[in-house]
Amino acid sequence: MTTTFGAYGGRYVPETLIPALDELTAGWNAAKNDESFHRELHELLTTYAGRPTPLTPAPRFAPGKRLYLKREDLNHTGAHKLNNALGQAVLARRLGKHRIVAETGAGQHGVATATVCAKFGLECVVYMGAEDMRRQKPNVERMHLLGAEVRAVEFGTKTLKEATSEAIRDWITNVDTTHYLIGSCVGPAPYPELVRDLQRVIGDEAREQFLAAEGRLPEVVVACVGGGSNAIGAFYAFVDDTDVRLVGVEAAGAASLGTGRPGVLHGARSSILADEDGQIADAHSISAGLDYPGVGPEHAALRDAGRAEYLPCTDDQALAAFHRLAETEGIIPALESSHALARALDLDEELVLVCLSGRGDKDLAEVLAHS
Amino acid sequence: MKKLAIYLVCEPETPELAEAAVDGGADLIELGFPFSDPLAEGPTIRLASERALARGMRTRQCIDCLGAVRARVDVPIVPMTYAAILEAYGYERFVADTRAAGASSAIVVDLPVEDHPEVPRVQLVAPTSTDERIATCAAATDGWLYLVSLTGTTGARGEVSPALAGLVERTRALTDVPLYAGFGISTPEHAATVAELADGVVVGSRAIQVAEDGPAALRDYVRGLREAIDAAVPA
Repeated sequence: MTTTFGAYGGRYVPETLIPALDELTAGWNAAKNDESFHRELHELLTTYAGRPTPLTPAPRFAPGKRLYLKREDLNHTGAHKLNNALGQAVLARRLGKHRIVAETGAGQHGVATATVCAKFGLECVVYMGAEDMRRQKPNVERMHLLGAEVRAVEFGTKTLKEATSEAIRDWITNVDTTHYLIGSCVGPAPYPELVRDLQRVIGDEAREQFLAAEGRLPEVVVACVGGGSNAIGAFYAFVDDTDVRLVGVEAAGAASLGTGRPGVLHGARSSILADEDGQIADAHSISAGLDYPGVGPEHAALRDAGRAEYLPCTDDQALAAFHRLAETEGIIPALESSHALARALDLDEELVLVCLSGRGDKDLAEVLAHS
Repeated sequence: MKKLAIYLVCEPETPELAEAAVDGGADLIELGFPFSDPLAEGPTIRLASERALARGMRTRQCIDCLGAVRARVDVPIVPMTYAAILEAYGYERFVADTRAAGASSAIVVDLPVEDHPEVPRVQLVAPTSTDERIATCAAATDGWLYLVSLTGTTGARGEVSPALAGLVERTRALTDVPLYAGFGISTPEHAATVAELADGVVVGSRAIQVAEDGPAALRDYVRGLREAIDAAVPA
């Protein structure tokens, strides 16, 4: 297999999609080398998304540490997802696609996609598991307001895994007119690389901001990992800084890296939750955005290389961190980001950078139901 | 004579159903080894796969099923599945064990032609395939080439895809291997239309629906397809 990240990655998709992946790869390579693409994206990120996002010290949340939050929750639409959605929407227009399909778990990627489609006048269809539509109702309503069609996925686990499969099936059916705006660093090549390149702005900014604040790099960078896009975005600028520890935090019931095995899901070989026959196992997390049995192939390669490590976090630990950040810093984090916050508190390091990937308004009903 | 291939998902009843399909005039049986997340499948095969998995049809049981089908029929049997299954079972081991159980070749829906050449398999091409890819797939294919007649997933459709004729024409210009067309073909009329274009007709989702009513119903359905094909293109 022509893999991208060591033994991981590849393009495990039906033949129907191979030409579209070739086209996307060529389109992305051309865009990457085109100054006008970068200018347009930079303009959107600054005037529309609100970048650069700030780096906020959190002294009351983490007494005894110098812990900083990279505030992706302050992006327009409330999460890091917009970085990727904007970049891919600009790319889709360059490719002449006027229809966008996407999958969403917590709804943050769906909202980001619906947002860029509204802005650019693109048709937008978002697949979302019926269980996630229940858990993340405000985001479903947001997508409707933004003019997107939200299609409920009523089979299987009714969560992100099935929504992703359905989005890919839609893409297979409408590939001539449609760009699949995948929300994380998963899927067939070139998506994991493409999404990383669009999310690396998180770490690029944070590295400079941390240097400005502390005069040195953090000892550890911490981010939650579902598919892994905010984590790869936060880590990438630090990969060559070998003194900086990189820690991904997975939901304990969806620890594709911690407890998974090599396998194929949604077009890529990675570390996944599967049984010994390769059948995909169910993931379980209070956080819809982490409730996914796969993970980006680059994370599997970073783990195998020993460059990054991946820790589990239980629902209860995440909920405690959620409340703690709200009460000590006046910031309501997404449940996803709360996983990173929880484990960041346990680490021995003093200088800590946490990617606060999103805000928690969408999670209020779920959190209140558990308190 | 034009070939007729019938797709069935491996379940406990499948050997008996396969025998009925061959009695009705099937020339080849495709045996689906179910996968939990089959990207190319529409609702019918997806649900059949879910049910088979719930009944314990894992890779080992599917290979046993293949052996049981082989004991009942003389036509070629081709397991059809996804890369995840081979990834877990072992690519070479899958080939060895399915061959030992009586398989002729394999179809791996999401394994691109460049990868794992140690797995001899029927390659698929689609209306979206470039001529270059069609030529590559035809050169690599094992016996015949599977033409995905439409841009989409499996499942019965109202009519034969208008894209098929063009795909056949492009592929014929590039290769002499037999061309079997599938996806969306469900009625005798469809089968007759496709037989006029291609060397073989593959019917999956509709056969699975009919098989719900048992072997006799499947035999009658397949016979109807067979008769329509033979009437359209006499041997």
